[in-house]
Amino acid sequence: MSLVNFTTREITCKIVYYGPGRSGKTTNLQYIYGRVPEDRRGRMVSLATQTDRTLFFDFLPLELGSISGFATRFQLYTVPGQVYYNATRKLVLQGADGVVFVADSQARQLDENLESLQNLQANLLEQGIDVRGVPLVLQYNKQDLPSDLILAAHELDEQLNFREVPSFGAAAVSGKGVFETLRGISEGVLRRLSEEQSQ
Amino acid sequence: MTSALNPRFTFDTFVVGPANRLAVSAARMAAENPGSAYNPLFIYSASGLGKTHLLTAVGARARALEPDRRVEYLTLEEFVDSYNAAVAVGQGEAFRNRFTDVAVVLIDDVQFLAQRLETQTELLRFITQLLERGHQVVLASDRPPRDIEHLDERLVSQFAGGLVVDIGPPEFETRLDILRRKALERGADFEQVVLSAVASYEARNVRELLGLLNRLIAFQAVNEGALTVEGARTLLGLESAILEGEGATDAAPEGVVAGGDEFADFLDSVGSALARQVEAWRKRVQEAAEYWDGQGYRTARITALLDADTPLGAEQAVRAYEGDVDRLRALAEEMAQLDPARAGDPVFRDPDRVADAEGLVQAAREGLGAPPEPASALTFDTFIQTEGNKLAVASARTAVAHPGAQYNPFVIVGPSGVGKTHLLHAIGNGLVAQLESAVACLSAQQFVDEYVDALERKRLEPWRERFRRVRALLLDDVHLLALRAGTQEELFHLFNALSGAERQLVFTAQAMPQDLEGLDDRLTSRLAGGLVVQLPVAAREVRLAVARRELAVRLGTADEDVAAYLADRPDASLHTLVEMVQRIAHECAARGSGADLALARDVIEGGAAPAPRPARRSRNSGVVLSSTAGLRSPEKVIWRWPHVGERLIEDLS
Repeated sequence: MSLVNFTTREITCKIVYYGPGRSGKTTNLQYIYGRVPEDRRGRMVSLATQTDRTLFFDFLPLELGSISGFATRFQLYTVPGQVYYNATRKLVLQGADGVVFVADSQARQLDENLESLQNLQANLLEQGIDVRGVPLVLQYNKQDLPSDLILAAHELDEQLNFREVPSFGAAAVSGKGVFETLRGISEGVLRRLSEEQSQ
Repeated sequence: MTSALNPRFTFDTFVVGPANRLAVSAARMAAENPGSAYNPLFIYSASGLGKTHLLTAVGARARALEPDRRVEYLTLEEFVDSYNAAVAVGQGEAFRNRFTDVAVVLIDDVQFLAQRLETQTELLRFITQLLERGHQVVLASDRPPRDIEHLDERLVSQFAGGLVVDIGPPEFETRLDILRRKALERGADFEQVVLSAVASYEARNVRELLGLLNRLIAFQAVNEGALTVEGARTLLGLESAILEGEGATDAAPEGVVAGGDEFADFLDSVGSALARQVEAWRKRVQEAAEYWDGQGYRTARITALLDADTPLGAEQAVRAYEGDVDRLRALAEEMAQLDPARAGDPVFRDPDRVADAEGLVQAAREGLGAPPEPASALTFDTFIQTEGNKLAVASARTAVAHPGAQYNPFVIVGPSGVGKTHLLHAIGNGLVAQLESAVACLSAQQFVDEYVDALERKRLEPWRERFRRVRALLLDDVHLLALRAGTQEELFHLFNALSGAERQLVFTAQAMPQDLEGLDDRLTSRLAGGLVVQLPVAAREVRLAVARRELAVRLGTADEDVAAYLADRPDASLHTLVEMVQRIAHECAARGSGADLALARDVIEGGAAPAPRPARRSRNSGVVLSSTAGLRSPEKVIWRWPHVGERLIEDLS
């Protein structure tokens, strides 16, 4: 996917929120949705089950307006976290410019986190993409839970962050760390963009 | 350069609490007595706790007390940018001097000093200067000096020399106070309990707190009725954040009217990142252009890239350009070896002309340029034919008509000044016309010089190749190769190569080949194996003809008496004849008259004629004396020799 179109001076950036079920991916998008002025956001598309679990995916288009003369558009997607929706995840992952991995900080969710991270790697690889080549940030969500239930950010770093990518502690429900994460992945994507230019 | 101070940021609007009291009182002190207390004042705190507010308040207060006082507020980035801009135009000192009458200097975001050693050095110098002059310096950072990575120890101690003070996160009372004040400022009315409930949330910083308040205000604006505590908690998601863990996805704040702050911040950072990254190619191109321009290369090709809107191919173009420059460098280097005089050719500085440069070097590589050609003025037509040289001229013409086949080698023998060189060049010119290809015609001395030069520069092979490619080789004064074993060896091989390929070889020599001293037998025998023709000493008729011709060439008319006089001179070889005509022409030019016998006599005899050319073995015949072939410089010729008689008397007396 062409991220930057210099002819039409457009930048389109597809960011996928990945992670195990119930880790808070949709919450991230909803918080962002709530912070964006109406004229800047498209309709948030959410296909949810009756119990409000993401069935297919969430899609939130953001018009950032003209930046440095480029009409800049971010498209935020989430994947359904549940294991059995892998086909959808692969579909959503296609052409992603950056991935936010939303991990559940709860200690008992560690295995799910690891499994999902491996699933991400496998799905990227299937598309011929080395996970090292894709801008990635980690978000340790639910850091607002009682500390005896969760792992601290540095512990999660040890367990999940093998590649030492930027990581952010967050409580997506209250919005803590949500924009920091988005900023982190945006910078990663744009940095990658300039690297590609110079190749 | 200086950011305008935000008028809302004053001490009056700053909510003081236990966490920031020290910082505020220190700042107030600095504002009211600039330069006398706490100098420099270093304020640090986490983001959103009021550093910039406090910094600005200092400026506002200082100015309020004395409106004439100059106050400068700048962020570290602004400081760096304007300093760099000043240095770039050679105004570094002027930049510092701009601050001489500034009473208070406020520098924000000092944490960006991390790892920027040059900036640190400059800032150190800058601050030292300000402190020496008694100006107040207030700095703000998001971390203490010790925690700024790789901060110069001198800066650390300089900051410590004043006061380093921090602002902590606001505690409950302060938060409540802030909420109350802000609500009032915004004209919103909330119940005390609602604000207390919000204040009870431990916001990390004031901005976050204000974000919560914004949401409340926005909600209130579109909804009838006062907001309840529960409503506020639900709205802000505080309850769920604290109580809920499971089902987090369900508790998203839907329908919240955007405060916009976080999004605006996000836009800012993405915008600057984008500007940095997307336009990086321009910078790259510009830097490349400046660099190569500085190195003396033509950069039109890459500066043209800047006119384009897109970086498509820009990087490749720059790389291609740099590749071309590398190639040019290599070529120029090789050229310096081959032919230093041409290594400076502008073609080696123009990456758009690599092909030309390649061509130039290739030509040099193939043989140091084309071999010397025969002098165009020396032809059969200008060669004066007499009974004595009839045979030589006729066989020379035959040799020209059948190059390499009839008489090979063709050797012209005769004493100095009989026209050997002229005949050689005449054959050369004939061969050029006949063969329409490269003919080498040079003196043996030149041949030796080139050989030695090629030897020294280790370019022997190309030099050889250059001669092997010619269709005919004409070597003047071959006797000059005497005792030069190396050159003789070269000539020997060249001779074999050329004659083997049926290329015409022509030589002149002062004596018959077998009588040439110092020449290797294998050479002399080869010379003798061809046709050797002798040119007799010029008869009077030849001398007369030459005199006439030279007079006509140099003076426009040929006075018969003068020509006869010159031809009859006993010492008149053809060389001296030409020389005498030159002297007469010179004298005529000096006197502004025509040439007549009297003048000729006067010049030749009266001025004591120059001694006849010694009958030594001349270095070369040098009959390149025709007007077109180059005049001997008058300054270099001694026209008036002292009278021999006078010199004798002088010596005896």
